Amino acid sequence: MRNAFAEEITRLAQERQDVVLLSGDIGNRLFERFKEIAPARFFNCGVAEANMVGVAAGMAACGLRPVCYTIASFLTYRVVEQIRLDLGYHHQRVILVGTGAGLSYASLGSTHHSVEDMGMLRLIPGLAVLAPGDAMELRPALRAAFDYPGPVYLRIGKKGEPVIHAKEPDFKIGKGLRVREGTRAWILSLGNTLPLALEASDLLKAQGIDCAVASMGSLKPLDTALLKEVFESSKVVLTLEEHSVLGGLGTAVAEWKAANPSKAKLLTFGTPDQFLHETTHQASARAWAGLTAQRIADGIAKNLS
Amino acid sequence: MNSSRVNLEKLSAEIRCQVIGMSHRAKTPHLGSSLSCVDLLVGLYWEFLRIGPAQANSPDRDRLILSKGHAAPALYAVLSRKGFFPETLLMDYGKDRAALAEQPSPGCAPGVEWATGSLGHGLSAGIGMTLAARIQKRNYRTVVLLSDGECNEGSVWEAAMFAAAQKLESLTVFVDYNKWQATGRSEEVMALAPLRDKWDSFGWEAREINGHSFPEICDVLKLAAATGRQKPLAIVAHTIKGRGVSFMEDDNNWHYRIPNEDEVKKAEKELLDV
Repeated sequence: MRNAFAEEITRLAQERQDVVLLSGDIGNRLFERFKEIAPARFFNCGVAEANMVGVAAGMAACGLRPVCYTIASFLTYRVVEQIRLDLGYHHQRVILVGTGAGLSYASLGSTHHSVEDMGMLRLIPGLAVLAPGDAMELRPALRAAFDYPGPVYLRIGKKGEPVIHAKEPDFKIGKGLRVREGTRAWILSLGNTLPLALEASDLLKAQGIDCAVASMGSLKPLDTALLKEVFESSKVVLTLEEHSVLGGLGTAVAEWKAANPSKAKLLTFGTPDQFLHETTHQASARAWAGLTAQRIADGIAKNLS
Repeated sequence: MNSSRVNLEKLSAEIRCQVIGMSHRAKTPHLGSSLSCVDLLVGLYWEFLRIGPAQANSPDRDRLILSKGHAAPALYAVLSRKGFFPETLLMDYGKDRAALAEQPSPGCAPGVEWATGSLGHGLSAGIGMTLAARIQKRNYRTVVLLSDGECNEGSVWEAAMFAAAQKLESLTVFVDYNKWQATGRSEEVMALAPLRDKWDSFGWEAREINGHSFPEICDVLKLAAATGRQKPLAIVAHTIKGRGVSFMEDDNNWHYRIPNEDEVKKAEKELLDV
């Protein structure tokens, strides 16, 4: 996903003279082309994320459209007050791009996991939280972020994730994307778990269970029209994310469901409310969290019977 | 020149009276911190910043960020005196739902560039504005006024290193070095000294002045206006908390204390009868 981001932001910087890219001392090679075409609009802000976000806010106040890019965990946890005040309170149009979403950097340990980031940022008024499902979804999501009338957190994966969408989907902030139709159950996936959702749906299909899949790339604002349809039309709805079961998509959907009662069962799949102390690869980290196609398929099948 | 400096002193005294009255009427704290930076603000707004009510939203205006947001009454009184908004707004300061609150909110009044109140945010925002001028090829200057207690915040030093790396010569920082923070001597809490050397070693042109001397303030502002330095400028301004009122000066009780009617009268007499 990050290569797609680099290409797309470079293209945007070519088109628009107000695009500025601030990096927290990562992605040097990734932005070679950007630096060639807009050398005066690229800033390596060093390992100083709080300052980077404040600087971006000051630029935005003068009419520029800054994008801050670094590892999701460092861009969010450490900087939450700058995000809340300099971006949220001031309503500055800054786009925060956090790379290495969720457990992407599992092998680097909990310092590099970002599984509470969306929960924290979802609380900030006026700030949109986006997590595209693949590289195809990321490109229109980034363009949509430029059109959004407030700050945006765009949470992206690392490199080499499977591409799901055959072509660029019609991504809209506040809208989910239907990826697979189905009648009996729904998996609502947020971000880089989209391939896993499809894998689980395949397993269910082999058992004769028709399970729809949507990519809920816009956590905030949430696609409540789609939620209404999903909960009215199926018996089991499962949310899936590389994020804590607290605060993310599972919580957002549960909040919506509390105000919109439904007979459908809601299952929330995400990381548990604990730190992962072992250093593992992403697949093992997912298994630790119960985020496997088999566990997801079993969860849905059990609740349908 | 002499007569204009006399006027600045008179102006400062009048603004101090307003600030004291605001604290008394609205029952709001941080009076000592407001009084320590009045002379700096008066110097900046009357001798340096190319800004006025007619240019309040001009993209080419100079910018001042009061990063020590708790001194907002001093900024409000200065802006009102400069004609950015009518004095009646000052009379409503601190009232329920008034435009002017204890700490400035975004866009609360013309001339207020940035909402502050949480320390350690203003310098980064000011750097962003300075870089925006470079990108957009504008000639405005940016000034950020910090408190000494604020220099406890790590984000100030992140910003300081970045501004030096970017060689932001149109950026000036004033530190209102009144030697107190909320609950103690700033030197004892965080070993701030040598503060000028800190800015100097962070790659800034650093100067020290008496922050209550208009000749010194005006001299250093000439330096701030000069170009070719290739460095941002930090001015450590030695000040006195509660400056201008004998029974408030250097008494940290006035960080939170609110003056009663008698104290307001005594303060006014001292400030205006000179």
